[in-house]
Amino acid sequence: MAYQFSFEPVFANWGLLVQGAALTLVLTAVSAAVGLAVGILGAVSRQWRLPILCQVFTAYVECIRNTPFLVQLYFIYFSLPALGMRLNGWEASVLAMVLNLGAYSTEIIRAGVASVPRGLIEAAESLAMSRWQCLFHVVLRPALKNVWPALCSQIVIVMLGSSVCSQIAAEELTFEANLIQSRTFRAFEVYLVSTGMYLLLAVGVRRCLHFFGRHYICRGRA
Amino acid sequence: MISFTLWDMTRHLLVGAGWTIVLSVIAFVFGGAMGLAVLCVRISANPRLQRFGMAYIEFFQDTPLLMQFFLIFFGLALFGVDISPLFAAMLGLTLFTSAYLAEIWRGCVESLPKGQWEASACLAMSRWEQLRHVILPQALRIAVPPTVGFSVQVVKGTAVASIIGFVEITKTGTMIANATFRPLTVYALVALGYFLMCYPLSVAARRVERRLHAAGRR
Amino acid sequence: MPLVDVNELHKQFGENEVLRGVNLTVEEGDVVAVIGRSGSGKSTFLRILNGLETFDAGHVRIDGERISGLESDLRPLRRKVGMVFQQFNLFPHLTAGENVMLAPRVVKKESPVEVKALAEEMLGRVGLGDKFGAFPDQLSGGQQQRVAIARALAMRPRMLLCDEITSALDPELVGEVLEVVRQLAAEGMTLIMVTHEMRFAREVGNKLVFMHKGKVHEAGDPKSLFANPRTPELASFIQSVG
Repeated sequence: MAYQFSFEPVFANWGLLVQGAALTLVLTAVSAAVGLAVGILGAVSRQWRLPILCQVFTAYVECIRNTPFLVQLYFIYFSLPALGMRLNGWEASVLAMVLNLGAYSTEIIRAGVASVPRGLIEAAESLAMSRWQCLFHVVLRPALKNVWPALCSQIVIVMLGSSVCSQIAAEELTFEANLIQSRTFRAFEVYLVSTGMYLLLAVGVRRCLHFFGRHYICRGRA
Repeated sequence: MISFTLWDMTRHLLVGAGWTIVLSVIAFVFGGAMGLAVLCVRISANPRLQRFGMAYIEFFQDTPLLMQFFLIFFGLALFGVDISPLFAAMLGLTLFTSAYLAEIWRGCVESLPKGQWEASACLAMSRWEQLRHVILPQALRIAVPPTVGFSVQVVKGTAVASIIGFVEITKTGTMIANATFRPLTVYALVALGYFLMCYPLSVAARRVERRLHAAGRR
Repeated sequence: MPLVDVNELHKQFGENEVLRGVNLTVEEGDVVAVIGRSGSGKSTFLRILNGLETFDAGHVRIDGERISGLESDLRPLRRKVGMVFQQFNLFPHLTAGENVMLAPRVVKKESPVEVKALAEEMLGRVGLGDKFGAFPDQLSGGQQQRVAIARALAMRPRMLLCDEITSALDPELVGEVLEVVRQLAAEGMTLIMVTHEMRFAREVGNKLVFMHKGKVHEAGDPKSLFANPRTPELASFIQSVG
């Protein structure tokens, strides 16, 4: 018996899908902003071997990079309450995504900082700038410019990874798709449409990030 | 509440970890073989084939792995094929791996100097001969570090298969956590299990990268 | 009191002893040209004077104060001693004006209005008043090096160290940079320059220092040293450079 494709029930619930996509974007935006800040701190701690911070970040990076995002998410949502920290689905998702992106961007930004020519740092030091002044004014932007494509890719990866947050009832796109599927039983159609939406989101986010990079990070390259 | 000792938990998780490894190896080996084919399509001289290769890779790189699993799981069911979570996970992760490896290897091929293509073309080699004797041997050497690095992503990707019901270490952990109400211990053990599987691969990738760089610097 | 007082300076890189007891004094207003073969230790010596390199033995006094090598002491030192590099090392993400303004604003905490006026004045002094808003990659090599000089001058240093500042330039661009240095010398700025520009050293410098195998081999008035080198090493060096 041939399956009758019917997209009508899916499009009837269009609003839910758009809502889910919007939440996915918000999750990604918040995680990207905070995650990058964590990454800069981590990169500096490791590159300058700051006491205690360097070891903490090294351990943190290795733990995150060698365990799946889903397990990190489950740990934060299910296990932390046993330690007194009870987070709802949304909060746990943001925390997990921030920690995840923070670890990967620590390594990426560290590579960027290491790639800034030594001569620039010597010039800044010769102008009597302190280590932190040198970092903030001279090293950071060229470093970010060098690794901006890699950072953009990582942000998109984390955005796509957010789809498993549906498992802890964060109402992002996959969650809404599951909801519609359970109501209409049109599983394939729903997932096909939402996959298409993820694709559009990924392409769109990447393009926006490139635009942002070109105008705010990559100054001075004609 | 069922009482499990730590050893009980570990025993069950080890079985789950075994399935994680089985899925990872199958996906990596078959994904690698498919990836070579996708690579050849992607760098083919035929523009239409090239565009198909690009679309294939972009689909798997710009959509969530979970969605890919759902599409296969529910999609094949529509055609009357009664598909088990294991098979859906194997197929999904294999296709996912093939796309990512093809893209990694394409980067390595493109990093080779144009002169290699030109020299082999001047020796009247066909495109296939160029690939087989000149380009791929060199590209594959550069490709070893990122490929080993990607194997870590494959192992981590098996966790998502737990959501479609495949009983690997994460799914086992979830079931035990629900039965014993001890999520802290269980998920810590699950994380430890993944760490023990992935960390050696990460270290190996870094070591191979260092050796490659040292060898390349003459 | 001399501005720079170096006594028995020793520096080793691993097994290689680069400086084997350098002695030198520089008075305020001196224009010192340091010449020598590659490997004689000239750049290393210069970089020790503003703390970019440490040293193993000897004494270095700048403006009466001993250099110790601790970071807390280096920053005040670097406010008195400016440096211009062979590779310019301009900050690529900042315009010429912003390059010049950065250190006075951030280190000396001068007000934005003062700093902007200062930058315009400095860029004007090096002949680039109209390039305030240009990025380094929009400027020629000679222009970039002049911006680098303006950047160092904006900190109002007591002296300027120049590490082969024309060696990375195309020949036709060397003149504009040397012209700026000539002007600085005429205005009384203390300069210590590692250079290969022999004619410039002879004409503008009031002191020539020839370094050979990690020591000051000969030192004195440039014109007389070029005309009558006292040692065969200096004589053969002058001949090889032409």
